[in-house]
Amino acid sequence: MSTSTASTSTSTAIHLAGISKTFSTSSGDVVALDDIDLDIPQGAFVSLLGPSGCGKSTLLRVIGDLVTPTAGTVQVAGTSAAEARRTRQYGMAFQAPGLMDWRTVRRNVELPLQVQGVGRAERRQRADEMLELVKLTQFADHRPRQLSGGMQQRVAIARALAMQPRVLLMDEPLGALDEMNREHLQRELLRIWRATGTTVVFVTHSIPEAVFLSTEVVVMSPRPGRIASRIPVDLPYPRTDETRLTDEFQAAERHVRERLHAVLEPSTAGL
Amino acid sequence: MSALAPVERPVRLPRGRGLLAPLAPAALLGVVLLVAWQLVVIVGGVQAYLLPAPSAIARVILSDAPVLLSAARPTATAVVLAVLAGTVLGVLASVIIAMFEGLARVVLALVALAGCAPIVALAPIFNAWFGSTSIASKVAVATLSVTIPVVVGTTRGLLTVSETHREYMQSVSASRLQLLLHVRLPGALPALFDGLRVGATLAVIAVIVSEYFGGTSNALGVLIANTAAMSRFDQTWAAVFAASLLGLALYGLVAVVERLAVPWRSATLG
Repeated sequence: MSTSTASTSTSTAIHLAGISKTFSTSSGDVVALDDIDLDIPQGAFVSLLGPSGCGKSTLLRVIGDLVTPTAGTVQVAGTSAAEARRTRQYGMAFQAPGLMDWRTVRRNVELPLQVQGVGRAERRQRADEMLELVKLTQFADHRPRQLSGGMQQRVAIARALAMQPRVLLMDEPLGALDEMNREHLQRELLRIWRATGTTVVFVTHSIPEAVFLSTEVVVMSPRPGRIASRIPVDLPYPRTDETRLTDEFQAAERHVRERLHAVLEPSTAGL
Repeated sequence: MSALAPVERPVRLPRGRGLLAPLAPAALLGVVLLVAWQLVVIVGGVQAYLLPAPSAIARVILSDAPVLLSAARPTATAVVLAVLAGTVLGVLASVIIAMFEGLARVVLALVALAGCAPIVALAPIFNAWFGSTSIASKVAVATLSVTIPVVVGTTRGLLTVSETHREYMQSVSASRLQLLLHVRLPGALPALFDGLRVGATLAVIAVIVSEYFGGTSNALGVLIANTAAMSRFDQTWAAVFAASLLGLALYGLVAVVERLAVPWRSATLG
């Protein structure tokens, strides 16, 4: 199903080969992922797009070594996913910000550094840098619950970036936000991605979001989860709100939409 | 278009209206009840040995203040020691129980069942073990009374970890100890204090009742038992009042410590 892209000339950040994942449930085995091959180049912003149940979140967790695949291999920057997690190469953000109420905003961003054993002074300095990056410096001493949902998600992104991870894994991090906040954070996310050069894998079920953010959109099909198509998005960066209004953006969006609908209604595909 | 910046204002937390404000209606009701009590005794001509008037009890409290204070000291000491020991033991037990996630639910159910038993009923047995005049037997019964609700609350808190927190800590390769220190224990603090409030109330009951069965010659429970035996009910009521004050003070202390330890929970009394 998957086709190799031309961009293999740059170094590969994430290499997936023959990944399958079967979950055992009381009503029998469920194949969540079936024989997935995917190479993600260093510095890419790749979206995993698909309907519920297509295994996109599971695939993200396989990359992050939070789910062990039934078959296949994962390599992140030349090492195994387990080794990459152990050496703290991942920054993760989820649909729920998942901040800790018992810590201030700054101490939330410091948490991964504390886990890593970074000293107090450096921890604080790095956290303040990250808060500056997500433009929340003035809220450093607030409690998470004092912030809006969008601001909490920005803190979660700052926390994910604090260890300067090689790979940023994001599971619908903007899914719970209203449209205004969502588009604002999409722009912020692109700015941060371009500032840090991190490789991003981004799970979403929003077509415009995937197109706006990504260097490449990976469309997945459900039951069993497979890669249906890989669509490079050639729109130039920096992308702004004006980008959304261009013919090129709308053409790319239409293209992704057609591929996704082919996945949803295989019987009507191509008609 | 880009001028349309999204509105993102920090949400204001509802500020606590001070520690005492919520108590005002309760205090008012208390005063009304005391006045009604006084009226019933005077108008109804109730004999003092059956029910002394609040004014008579107040007179005894004032005149016997030194006696009450010296009796309150060993009682308060036993209660405070029991609350401290019960909290430490309870938290340690909870951490151990929560380490075995498979068994934890079963053990928790057993502990909750044990909590249904009237622990104070063990007082005569503990008196026999530790000596009826020693403070140790009182502290032991009360410690058990505190430990059980603290274990039930804290263990539930430790077992309740949000999936996002768990996955996040896993993604940064946090150890089990780090998960415990940074997520589970702070997350369990509100539940710990819920248990401790119950435990603190039970501790006062446990110490007073233990003292009924023999105490250091001077303690509130002993005073209550002895004056009642001599039908000096005005003195008995005065000692009961002192014991209630002790319970109230302890409850207030727990509430204050909770505010300091759990500042993210908009704490209110009640």
